[in-house]
Amino acid sequence: MTTNGKPKFAMYWAAACGGCEIAVLNIHEKILDVDANFEVVFWPVAMDAKYKDVRAMPDKSILLTLFNGGIRNSEHEEIALLLRAKSQILVAFGSCANEGCVPGLANFSSTEQIFKAAYSSLSTNNPDGILPQSHYDAPEGELHIPKFYPVLKTLDQVVPVDYFMPGCPPESHQIAAVIDLVIKVLHGEAALPPAGSVIGAGVSTVCDDCKRVRNEKKIKKFIRIQDLDHLDPVQCLLEQGVPCNGPATRQGCGALCPTAGAQCIGCYGPAEGVIDYGSRLITSFASVIDSNDPDEIERILDGIPDPAGQFYRFNLAGSLLRAGKAAWKGNGSA
Amino acid sequence: MSDIQTFEPVIIGFTCNWCSYRAADLAGTARIKYPPNVRLIRLMCSGRLDPTFVIKALSGGADGVLITGCHPGECHYIEQNYKALRRFLLLRRTLAQMGIEPGRIKLVWASAAEGVQLAAEITKMVEEIKALGPLNWPKWDNGHLDQTVVLQEEVKA
Repeated sequence: MTTNGKPKFAMYWAAACGGCEIAVLNIHEKILDVDANFEVVFWPVAMDAKYKDVRAMPDKSILLTLFNGGIRNSEHEEIALLLRAKSQILVAFGSCANEGCVPGLANFSSTEQIFKAAYSSLSTNNPDGILPQSHYDAPEGELHIPKFYPVLKTLDQVVPVDYFMPGCPPESHQIAAVIDLVIKVLHGEAALPPAGSVIGAGVSTVCDDCKRVRNEKKIKKFIRIQDLDHLDPVQCLLEQGVPCNGPATRQGCGALCPTAGAQCIGCYGPAEGVIDYGSRLITSFASVIDSNDPDEIERILDGIPDPAGQFYRFNLAGSLLRAGKAAWKGNGSA
Repeated sequence: MSDIQTFEPVIIGFTCNWCSYRAADLAGTARIKYPPNVRLIRLMCSGRLDPTFVIKALSGGADGVLITGCHPGECHYIEQNYKALRRFLLLRRTLAQMGIEPGRIKLVWASAAEGVQLAAEITKMVEEIKALGPLNWPKWDNGHLDQTVVLQEEVKA
């Protein structure tokens, strides 16, 4: 492989949707700064590259690797280990790599349930009921396909990670700011943040960025936003009974969703100091319910029909429990 | 002997400083017998109970969690036990979706005079958890950040 002497850059996608790659391209002309300052050596979605080329590189020869996606199968884990060895700075990029994100919601289900949904549902044309196997004896020889893990893991549950950049996807202005910083570091004009930092985001919550007016919260009814007859354009969404995840979610997006009239769904992950994201939301939602009567409280809670999905939509794989019993026990009982 | 007879569950019990801890204390000084499966942790108030504590206990090897506080209307901090009640109800729903049986988490009100009642509730809960069997949540071999250390720091603060 030819080299032009510039620091090397890599980006990889594991269990992800590709939105993180689009977010990187959304930095517009700033991408030219990336090209001016870096040699892109590995970026499967943008250029042709082979794993064997990465294996041939000396250890620590890639300066910066942005890793997006969760660890769903043995291929993801293998590439995570490989890129960890070859990279000086490994960034868990985007919600999937940080906390599992939507692919991590599969951690509520057993492998059998996941395969059934993917390969045997009505919308799938699979009359022979063929399921992926990790080994297959073809006439030409034995084939190996990556092994599907029962529980999706985050990147730092597999390898040590230098920086964490949250968001689904990370906002483009935050990516541009991080790239600016790295280029300044390259030119000796700035220092890297302490190892293990969350970069490209704030420390407080989405509520701190939200312009909606907040008063004392007293909720008699939780309601889905689409079922609301009239949405007050200025009042706090949670005060209107809309389950808004702002109180536990890290700031960084500029409160885009609540500003646009939709509840925060928590894509920037837990705010600084929050150990279990769902627990923090349980605390905040329960605190604002305006009732002391157990039966009435239960009726109000019926307004959140899927609490685990509400509280762990992005964070299940990164939470304290990590996965439902069905996933790790594999019996599909839950 | 069956598994249910040999299985000794670990139950983490959270007590409030003003009522339920004193109820447990009273049970002790009055020499009321109850099974030793419950490990009591004293909080100032049931309202201090962050659901994180419960989830940490269950993910760390506990088979059940007992949350106790002052009777409704008798909270030392006016109404924090109602907050504990609401958090408990929401937490129990959430954990059920994770496959954790609702019976593993229990909320009990006990005044400082109710040593007998608290001991009876603990005895009952130990039997119920024995019937459910061990939870055995996996000991994930690596942590997302270093949560154990962080949690200890938060409890100290």
